[in-house]
Amino acid sequence: MAIGRTLSRGLGAFSLGLGVAQLVAPRRLLEATGFPTGRPAPLIVRAIGVREIGAAGGLLVQRWPVPFAWMRVAGDAMDIVLAGRGVRARGARRDRATAALGAIVAISAADLVTSVLVTREAPRQKDEGLGGRKPVRRSITINRTPDEVYAYWRNLDNLPRFMHHLEEVRDQGDGRSHWVAKGPAGTKASWDAEITEDRPGERIAWRAVPGSGIQNWGTVTFARAPGDRGTQVLVELVYEPPAGPIGVAAAKLFGEEPEQQTAGDLRRLKQVLETGEVIVSEAMAGGRTVRQRPARPLKPDEAASLPDVTGGNGHAFDDAPRADGTSAGQPLQATDAHPVGAG
Amino acid sequence: MQATTWQGPNTVKVQDVPEPRILNRHDAIVRITSTAICGSDLHLYDGYIPTMVKGDILGHEFMGEVVETGPDVRNVRPGDRVVVPFPIACGSCWSCRQGLFAACENTNANAWMAEKLFGHAPAGIYGYSHLTGGYPGGQAQFARVPFADVNPLKVPDGMTDEQVLFLSDILPTGYMGAEMCDIQPGDVVAVWGAGPVGQFAIASARMLGAEQIIAIDRFPYRLRMAKERAGADITINYEEQDVLETLRELTGGRGPDKVIEAVGMEAHSPRIEYAYDRAKQAMRIETDRPLALREAIMAVRNGGVVSVIGAFGGFIDKFPIGAVMNRGLTIRAGQCHVQRYMQPLLERIQAGDIDPTFVITHRMPLADAPKGYEIFKHKEDECVKVVLQP
Repeated sequence: MAIGRTLSRGLGAFSLGLGVAQLVAPRRLLEATGFPTGRPAPLIVRAIGVREIGAAGGLLVQRWPVPFAWMRVAGDAMDIVLAGRGVRARGARRDRATAALGAIVAISAADLVTSVLVTREAPRQKDEGLGGRKPVRRSITINRTPDEVYAYWRNLDNLPRFMHHLEEVRDQGDGRSHWVAKGPAGTKASWDAEITEDRPGERIAWRAVPGSGIQNWGTVTFARAPGDRGTQVLVELVYEPPAGPIGVAAAKLFGEEPEQQTAGDLRRLKQVLETGEVIVSEAMAGGRTVRQRPARPLKPDEAASLPDVTGGNGHAFDDAPRADGTSAGQPLQATDAHPVGAG
Repeated sequence: MQATTWQGPNTVKVQDVPEPRILNRHDAIVRITSTAICGSDLHLYDGYIPTMVKGDILGHEFMGEVVETGPDVRNVRPGDRVVVPFPIACGSCWSCRQGLFAACENTNANAWMAEKLFGHAPAGIYGYSHLTGGYPGGQAQFARVPFADVNPLKVPDGMTDEQVLFLSDILPTGYMGAEMCDIQPGDVVAVWGAGPVGQFAIASARMLGAEQIIAIDRFPYRLRMAKERAGADITINYEEQDVLETLRELTGGRGPDKVIEAVGMEAHSPRIEYAYDRAKQAMRIETDRPLALREAIMAVRNGGVVSVIGAFGGFIDKFPIGAVMNRGLTIRAGQCHVQRYMQPLLERIQAGDIDPTFVITHRMPLADAPKGYEIFKHKEDECVKVVLQP
């Protein structure tokens, strides 16, 4: 029964209406509330209108609008000061202005109560000593057994194959490893990590070695998916790039959108384990998400940076048996797949 | 090579572009001998599908000869003549194993984009915007075909291109539309849309044993084709008759047992609702026009099936969910799982049960594609289906 949040939404709607009115008809508002209408009053009211609309945005849209609720309180404090001055100013209608001041005080009280309530109601962030940064969680189902998926992940050499921001991961034995990640314009970041938990077929947990310059921990769990679907993989990750010269490059390289980065990594893991390779299209070849090329074949210089697949052997998993007992490479038209809903 | 490229709304240009190269180990390169323009290509042409980039190659109905294969391809080799299904399937994921090839979990190279719009990403498709992966299309001289072991269908000797080309998309799509209806003996089936897909839905409903088939459209030449070639019993021109009233009369007040929506997002209606949906679309507060869909839902009998194979892309307004729920309707929809139907339908063609060439009205060289798009869009010269020869 999140009363605080409900009140926030109501105050958000109120902010929106008031803000629009302040922006569009500042003089009429000033007249109605008895404050002087000479310059710079209308400009101040318009500015307040913009602030109100900004607050409204947050209050109406955010899941737990804690900062915006407190922003209203701060705004109220400012409004009380301004209104107090306005009541005593020349050209003010004392009775109306005082009533307006009273209304502002009442709304401020409502805002204060609401902010306290919604701050209490908002769920606590898991604080792992990483500044309260929310972990990225993402899940995918892969048509392989948990043991197979675990084994692929546990072989750290494989990680750069599907985690595209990584250049190299070197297993140093005893659960220790050295990681090198790619940054923009050829920069690199590297750190040491250690495995803190390793349950074959079930779970791996790792973290950057304390003092290695980058904060990062992660866990991956492997669970049997219902029926014959294979494995449900759940990844939980936190990257906390350090401050300082490496920090800026590192922040970019860990992705402005860590959720999207992780989602892409898991999709690539699924493709590699199920089909033997990472799927590319001409538009996104090279890992482009924005500024994709047109969907037409690549020119020689565009294709130069991609791996040449026309030589060498296929990946071992091409022929490995799958969770549902099937194997790759049979023409689909000849299979006896279940028709959907017929008969 | 030459290819038809999208250059903006109502603009396609046949341009010189690089030839495709093998990018994945399971790819094949096909030299295209015949290709066609699809009704859903018109949604791209009309500018309704987001994520298009100037220079994207269009086309997803194509066939030809394999000229190159990647190192892991075993089931086709250079020289094989193949028809390529429009959804790209990997053959290994759970969806593919279930026969839901158009829902393949691995082939949409831009899955993150589609997931934002649709909740989860469907399979990659040739030449149909970056939402479906950004794969170049098949209105070209060559195309790269991923997972060549499991997607292309080999064409038996002695069959012409025109006989088998439509196994790539529209014939299986029409067939799946009819199959989703679960047609029972005695069923009356009504089909909205007498374009190529509608024509094949009608023909498929005939093959699946419907007792009476009603075709609904506004172009007399298409209604004639539906009756004389596809096998419809009755036609309704919705600009001359009220569809709901006519269907009610034809079915003794019950409504058709099964209805097939083969119109999609750019539906048209002579009624005032058209102006409403068109205006909302122009203001981008509605992305699709569900005029035929609404009518089909209102027409179908209680407990009936609404089978949706018209192409939709986004969100619709004023959807009669009350009618659906209170009257116990079943809605089945889908991008066609083409791979599932190619072999059985090829056998039907060989047995003489259906001759898909009846929908072809225009044949022209690839270089004339811009003209093809125009006459197809404006229904000029009694155009039903345009086949291009690269």
